[in-house]
Amino acid sequence: MSTVANHDVILKLEDVSKVYSGTVAVKRANFEVRKGAVNVLVGENGAGKSTLMKIIAGVEQPTAGRILLEGEDVSFASSGDAVNRGIGMVFQELNLFGNLTVAENIFATREITNRFRKIDRKEQERRAAQFLERLQAGIRPDILVEDLRIGQQQLVEIAKAVSLDARILIMDEPTSALSAAEVEILFKVIADLKARGVAIVYISHRLEELIRIGDYITVLRDGHITGQEEMKNVDTRWIVRQMIGSDAKDFAKADGHVPGEEIFRAEDICLSRATGGLAVDHVSLSLRAGEILGIYGLMGAGRSELFDCIMGRHGRATGTIFIAGKRVKERDTTRRIRRGLALIPEDRQREGLVSILSVASNLTLASLSRFVRLFHIRGGPERQAVVQMVRELAIKVADPAQEVSSLSGGNQQKVVIGKALLTGPKVLLMDEPSRGIDVGAKADVFRTMRKLSRDGLGILFATSDLDEVMALSDRIAVMSNGKLTGMFDRAEATEAVLVAASALGHGPAPHTENTAHD
Amino acid sequence: MTDIPAKAAVPSAASGSLLLTLMKARTFIALIAVLIFFSIAAPNFLSTANLILMSKHVALNAFLAMGMTFVIITGGIDLSVGSIVGLCGMVAGYLVLNGIDLQIGYTIYFNVVEIALITLAVGILIGAVNGLLITRLNVAPFIATLGVLYVARGLALLSSDGRTFPNLVGKSELGTTGFGFLGAGRLLGLPVAIWILIVVALAAAYLAKYTPLGRHIFAVGGNERASRISGVRVNMVKMFVYMFSGFCAAIVGLIISSELMASHPATGESFELNAIAAAVLGGTSMSGGRGTIGGTIVGAFVIGILSDGLVMMGVSSFWQMVIKGLVIIVAVVVDQAQRRLQSRVTLMQMAKAG
Repeated sequence: MSTVANHDVILKLEDVSKVYSGTVAVKRANFEVRKGAVNVLVGENGAGKSTLMKIIAGVEQPTAGRILLEGEDVSFASSGDAVNRGIGMVFQELNLFGNLTVAENIFATREITNRFRKIDRKEQERRAAQFLERLQAGIRPDILVEDLRIGQQQLVEIAKAVSLDARILIMDEPTSALSAAEVEILFKVIADLKARGVAIVYISHRLEELIRIGDYITVLRDGHITGQEEMKNVDTRWIVRQMIGSDAKDFAKADGHVPGEEIFRAEDICLSRATGGLAVDHVSLSLRAGEILGIYGLMGAGRSELFDCIMGRHGRATGTIFIAGKRVKERDTTRRIRRGLALIPEDRQREGLVSILSVASNLTLASLSRFVRLFHIRGGPERQAVVQMVRELAIKVADPAQEVSSLSGGNQQKVVIGKALLTGPKVLLMDEPSRGIDVGAKADVFRTMRKLSRDGLGILFATSDLDEVMALSDRIAVMSNGKLTGMFDRAEATEAVLVAASALGHGPAPHTENTAHD
Repeated sequence: MTDIPAKAAVPSAASGSLLLTLMKARTFIALIAVLIFFSIAAPNFLSTANLILMSKHVALNAFLAMGMTFVIITGGIDLSVGSIVGLCGMVAGYLVLNGIDLQIGYTIYFNVVEIALITLAVGILIGAVNGLLITRLNVAPFIATLGVLYVARGLALLSSDGRTFPNLVGKSELGTTGFGFLGAGRLLGLPVAIWILIVVALAAAYLAKYTPLGRHIFAVGGNERASRISGVRVNMVKMFVYMFSGFCAAIVGLIISSELMASHPATGESFELNAIAAAVLGGTSMSGGRGTIGGTIVGAFVIGILSDGLVMMGVSSFWQMVIKGLVIIVAVVVDQAQRRLQSRVTLMQMAKAG
């Protein structure tokens, strides 16, 4: 790897590993961060990018390996330690206090005080305004963060990181909720920081963005670093090859069965946002038995919200849904599950599992009524159903009485799927079913989806992974900004048209060629 | 492939597992310890009369603690039980003495069974008020039940202007006699209150273990959002636990009034704290999702025996409070240690399994 003289290595990770209970997130990673350059980090969901960055920012401690800051061996016990050494981070999940003002957030833990140790609110707001001015955000420093839209909150998070005056600035998907214009401004700020010698670590899923602003690129796959290059030597194809590996992903092949009658239809689904506007904007779609309909879209496109509406999780949602041609009048989740809908939520820990209950109790939680005589849960049939589901989905568990939290991510996901399947659904809604699980479990999940569709289930699945949606779907719907912006048959769908449709209304301009000339 | 690692993990984790088993049985061990201690330290402690007397004391707290256990498992708290005890006692006393005046020259007197049922209904109703405040109006359980604590206590005092309803023997011509049976009656040598406790405890334990409602109570406490998405009617579950807690409190109100043959409006003050202590001592987690009826009953016995035994030993009531507090704190500390050990053992087994 060629070294450019003015891009000295400021931070170096040597053989860093991070193990969580159940999974190895990062395996013996060697990673260099260079001064005055944008160091891009790329990889699929769950490849370990965020973990690696949290190690650098002191949020997580490595299980093994060394961190060298300007040649000196360091260890950060907390993010405060890292901040003191000049490392700042823009988190992917926004780490802001909604109940505090913008200025208070920017100076949280570093409050500006006067002689009497009283917080100097005026001074804080004046300086906050300066940082916000640089981002041309048009955000007043004295309003509450919870009153801002997500994109503006992301800008506050960025302003906060910039205000640290850090030597190393990590940005974990900083553009995921920004508009095209806001992204342009951010890139100007990054160029400015770069000129002042700040080392920037930049994580994004958007390859066109990376190629435009990156100087060095590092690719992660399943916790391993698979490639490290100067950006000028690589192209998209190289990146994709390093990300996916020579062995293409194991998407179970379509078996060519023909979808049957329409089994589900949603008409004119709308959901208002608390902050105004529509999170789901007049979405209508239909699904046939045995069909897999992929819904592609960026973060915040309204995919999860659409699923929530369909499941009856929001009282204020409007629109009608039909199952097998019959209108579903029930508005609550319980009765919609009984009508044959089931949701596999995006956030396994918060919405999918009751982590302190056993694998068995989790599996049968949604379908207990099947095993009940009068009011008594019959142990025999319940155990039988659990054992059968464990076998069918190949859940690796020694004893179903084990707490579900002791399983690995992939097996936990299978438990969530098993729970949904035990309700005997006609329509399965899967929200990012492959998020945060390892390759083997992914393949199992995809195979299960294929098998279910062959058995005549209608499957709606939401994803932000292009390969996934292209490989698994019979048809592909694209959502952007709450609207359905495209509906394609698999035959006519190309990555280009999907990306274009997913950027309508927000996100960076779809035409990378044009912006590159700016 | 799945059972080999499990076998391999057994010997290495054996020492941890033994400690874990001891820790899991800690409340039971504590119970045996206090029994042995007081049988040596306090004369007459093990006499039948004393044991029966003690179990009557324990029973009162055990009822409240059972209701509290379900509430805490769902992640809530019920501070109003002590006041419900007081109010329900007053309702029963009022009905025995005065009946209901219909304002048209007639007064309805109920027989004792009817009075008991009405009192239980009042307890359940107040529980329902708690439940509605929490589920429909989104009031935090602590605040909702705190408010009801004051309201119910105030109503109890208003019902008699702060006076005691004395001498609840009733009149045979009105059919209101026999109220003392609950508190003083015996079946097969055991007090009626103990029989009721056995029945309610078995029913509650069965409910927790073998019914969908029981499973849902644990699920709601473990993860409310996930329960909702799985189709659990979270609001109904919460309504039930507060109504059950009110029901248990009403039983206690009836038993106390019946024992004393009088209703005093201040009855039950600070009972809620004893109930919480028994539940926590029995292994119920204040963060929800964990707890058992059996554990809670044992916890109630530990607390009850501890205070009665100390009284028999002549320990000052001030020291009793200190000791009770320390026991509760130790119980929770051991509980935390057990959690940590448990997760370590699990991780060890997983590491062995690869």
